[in-house]
Formats: sequence, structure tokens, C-alpha cells
Amino acid sequence: MPSVLFYLFAAITLLFGVGVVVARNPVASALSLVCSFTGLAALFISLDAYFIGTLQILVYAGAVMVLFLFIIMLLDIKAVEGRPTNYATAVGGLLLAVLFTIQIAMVLGGFKEGRIALADQPLKMEATASKATLNTIKDELAEGTLPDAKLMGFTLFDKYPFQLQVVGLLLLAGTVGVVVLSKRDRKEEVS
Amino acid sequence: MTVLLGSIDLTFLAISLAKIIVLTFMVILPMVAYSVMAERRGAAIMQDRVGPNRTNLPLTLLGFKKDLSIFGMGGLLQPMADGLKFILKEDFTPKHVRTFYFWLAPALTMVPALLTCAVLPFGSELNLGFLGLAQPVKAVIADLNVGPLYTFAIASLGVYGIVLAGWSSNSKYPFLGAVRSSSQMISYELSLGLAIVPVLMVFGELNLGKIAAAQDADGWLILPLWGHGLSLGRLLLWIPMLISFVIFTIAMFAETNRMPFDLPECETELVAGYHTEYSSMKFALFFLGEYAAMIIGSGLAVTLFLGGWSIPFGPLLGLGYTPGATPLWLGLLHIATFFAKVIVFILFFIGVRWTVPRFRYDQLMKLGWLWMFEIALANVLLTAVIMWLVPLK
Repeated sequence: MPSVLFYLFAAITLLFGVGVVVARNPVASALSLVCSFTGLAALFISLDAYFIGTLQILVYAGAVMVLFLFIIMLLDIKAVEGRPTNYATAVGGLLLAVLFTIQIAMVLGGFKEGRIALADQPLKMEATASKATLNTIKDELAEGTLPDAKLMGFTLFDKYPFQLQVVGLLLLAGTVGVVVLSKRDRKEEVS
Repeated sequence: MTVLLGSIDLTFLAISLAKIIVLTFMVILPMVAYSVMAERRGAAIMQDRVGPNRTNLPLTLLGFKKDLSIFGMGGLLQPMADGLKFILKEDFTPKHVRTFYFWLAPALTMVPALLTCAVLPFGSELNLGFLGLAQPVKAVIADLNVGPLYTFAIASLGVYGIVLAGWSSNSKYPFLGAVRSSSQMISYELSLGLAIVPVLMVFGELNLGKIAAAQDADGWLILPLWGHGLSLGRLLLWIPMLISFVIFTIAMFAETNRMPFDLPECETELVAGYHTEYSSMKFALFFLGEYAAMIIGSGLAVTLFLGGWSIPFGPLLGLGYTPGATPLWLGLLHIATFFAKVIVFILFFIGVRWTVPRFRYDQLMKLGWLWMFEIALANVLLTAVIMWLVPLK
């Protein structure tokens, strides 16, 4: 990908990210977050991670944020205007951001591979094809296309099946919890 | 600047641009216009009316005796007349709307609907050797390895258009329409996604082009993959594939807000739903967006279940696809086959609209969550068991 596109999408991600915080209207905030996610997805795609990029849009922009927007609209939250700025939280947030930036800078400083210019360097797919255990993955690597969805699925289900089950169970517990909470509310209303 | 230009493959760019312009603006948009026309004529036939049959080339204005009707069939110019009417009508923006979002919403409906066509393989490949291209051109805009996921991802953005239209209109009926629409689309997205999981399991592939090519060699999915002879496993697989197809089609009707599920714009309860406050071209964009989504949905169904661009029994007739060596006429025939299948599917959409009555809203939710979701989930399990007991290869 031409590096211009990288700067374009990075700028979109960051500017709309700022928009989320700055916007007074909650709907504008939510939509800014959607745009920011879209930029992030484009960045993933530029790293040949089509699967993750698509999932970013499918899950976050397409499902999670629709629910957010839905709730904002249903509750009809009015734009926050004229409320005095809370200086303590602003300073705290700024401090956290600065600390985080310093940390990133230190980690990146110690990262030796970062000094090699990538210059749109292609992935060495044919070389790794011989190491693949699954036939479909091997064929696609030999063809020179990155089977990222297959690689991810293979890693998740072959290497980390137990962790996957645990996460699934956690989500199930969350769902059951929500159902229990909302049902209890309704019963109290009736009685 | 030269480095930047050097990093862009100009041939690739030109070919992609040509594909985008031809497919989106010269094929899909006219198809949208004419499916509106087909809908009106179809409705007229089914309700024993005449329908729009008068719009012809107005040669009488130039002093001729009769208007010229194309193919001897009146009304074929109706879409042009409609388009002209939409552009010339007064564009009225009510005073109580949130203007920015009010303007944004129609675009947000139309753009995702058109974007999703990028991964649809509308033909096998075109051998453009006479233009000096060594490699045959693949008849798909973006040959992504995550085809169906990309389509779902972009299509799921379409809900923003409807939600914003309802919210920004700042009045009750559009808002109710928007709320209905978003909950309906989120509910049915689940069944839509789960319905294609068995398909992906059978093909072991997420690339729509490869799925279509596999069906060309091996028989369509909805026929029990007759290509390499019928075995028990293939016949058994027919059952989950049919279930998959039915669920996919029903969920597609719900996703495109088509008739049995058109609660978001249900005129008996909500005036016109989310686009009540819209007029002229902005209304037309919602209207066209719905039809574009319908066409792309049909294209996806055709690609996944009905063999895509493959000609029925093509390999037996010698009309099969051989990678890299398909002559130009066969490539064009494949494209024609694809669009013929899509048109048949659109006519099915139209037929259903004028046949089935509308659901009630709670029935719609019940169907989505209590039936379709569970059946789709069980179907995944069924496919897995069949594929485990009787391996395909």
C-alpha cells in the first residue's frame, strides 16, 4: 500500500478519535467512533490482515455501535452544553495520555526490527508454505495469498481451544446475568 | 512524487476502475431502475391492473403520428421519467429536522448498498488478449479472501442510514420506523451469518470467486453437488444445504426490509416509516438503496447457493471454466448467466412481495430469535455431523 494511504487512514482514525471526546452531541460522538473504527479497519487491511479488518467493521462498527446509537436515541440524551469543565479529570486524563505516550516511545525505542525500512516489503509466503500443517493453508500460501482467516481459526481452535471455551463461558455467564437482571426488574413492576 | 507513482500499479488501477464503473454505474444502477419498473408491472399483473404502460419516446412532440414504444412494449421508459421527476421535484427540508444528519442519512443508505458489490464474482474471467493484456482479467472488483464477511460488514453499515433518517427527522413515525429497523436488522444478521456457515464448511473457503469456481466444477450447492457422481454423503448434504438456503433467503428479505418484513416502512401503521419526512431525490436514494441491496443480496445468494456464474451443467456441455484459458465469448456467457440468475431471483423477490401479507412486529421478532436462529445453529451441527460421518473427498 502506498504510504500516503497509511497517513490518510491514521489521520482519519486519530481525528475522529478526538471527535469522540470533543463532540458535545452524544450521537456525533458515537458516529465519530464508527468513523474511527473504519479508519482502524483500513489500517488492519493495509497490514494484509483482511480478516481482522473486516471483523473490526462487522463487529464494532456494524453491531456494537448500532446498539450504542440505538440506546442513545431511545434515552434521548440531550447534548451536554454549558456544563463547566471538570479540570481535575482533564488534567488526570492528560497525565495518563502523556504517560502512555512515554511508555509507547520507550517500547518502540527498544524494538530493533523497527529500524529496518519496510518499504512495502512483501511477506515471505512461499517460504512458510512448507511449514503449514493444514492442506488448504499450504495451498494458499504457495499461491502467494495470505489465508489470514484460516490461519486465525487454526490458531484459535488448535492452539488455544481451552482459552476459547473459557471466554465463551464468560460471555454466556454475562448473557445469563443480563437476562436475570432484566427479568427481576419486570417482576417487581408487576407486583 | 515519482516514488509514489511508481508504487501504484497503473494497469491494475485502470482495470479496477473500469470494472467499478461498468458494474456499479452501468449494470447495477440500471438494474435498480428497471427492477422498480418490474416491481410495478409485476404488481399490476398480480392485482389484475395495467400498471405503467404509457411512457414512450414522445415522438408526437416532434410532429410524428405515434409515440415510439421500444420492443412494442409500452412503459419501458418509465424509469427515466421517474428519475427525471425525482430530480425536478422540490426538495423540501422540514424545519424541525437535524439538518446535517438529515442530509447524511440517504447517502449512508445508498453507498453501503453499492459498496457490497465489490466482492461479487459476476463472471469467471475475461480474456482481453486483443487489448494487449497477457493475464486474463478476473470478473470481480476485489478478489478478497473474506468475501461474504466483507459483504455482511458493509451491509451492516447500511442500518446507520435508516437509524439516522429516523432520528434526525425528529418526529414520531420515522423514529418508530428507525427503531424497528435497527432491531430487526441486528436480529436477522445473526441468522444470515449462521446460515452461510454450513456453506463455508462444505467449501472450506471464504473467497467467493473460488466458491463459484468450485460449484462450476462440482455442481451447484442447491443441487447436491452432482459433479463427481452422487454419493451418500452428497445426498445427505443436500438436506442442510436446503435448510441453509431457505434461512438465508428469509433473512435476506428481513435485511433488505422487503415485504413480509417491511415493518420499518409499514404504511398501515407508520405512514412511510423512516423516510416519511423525505422528498424528491433524497427519498429516491432510500428507495434505490433498498433495491440495490436487494440486487446485491440476490447476487450473494446466487453465488453461494445457485452456482454463481456457472452455466447449468456447463462442464458436461463443454462450457466449463478452465483457469487462465477461458475464451472471451465463454467469459461473456458466464457474465450473462450470472445476471440472468440474479434477475430470476429479483423476480422471486417481487413475486413474494405481492403474495405474502406483512408480519406483526412481535411475530417477526419471535420468528427471528426463536426459530431461524435455532434452526441455523442446529443446521451447522447437522452439517458437521454429516461431514464427519461421510467425508466429501
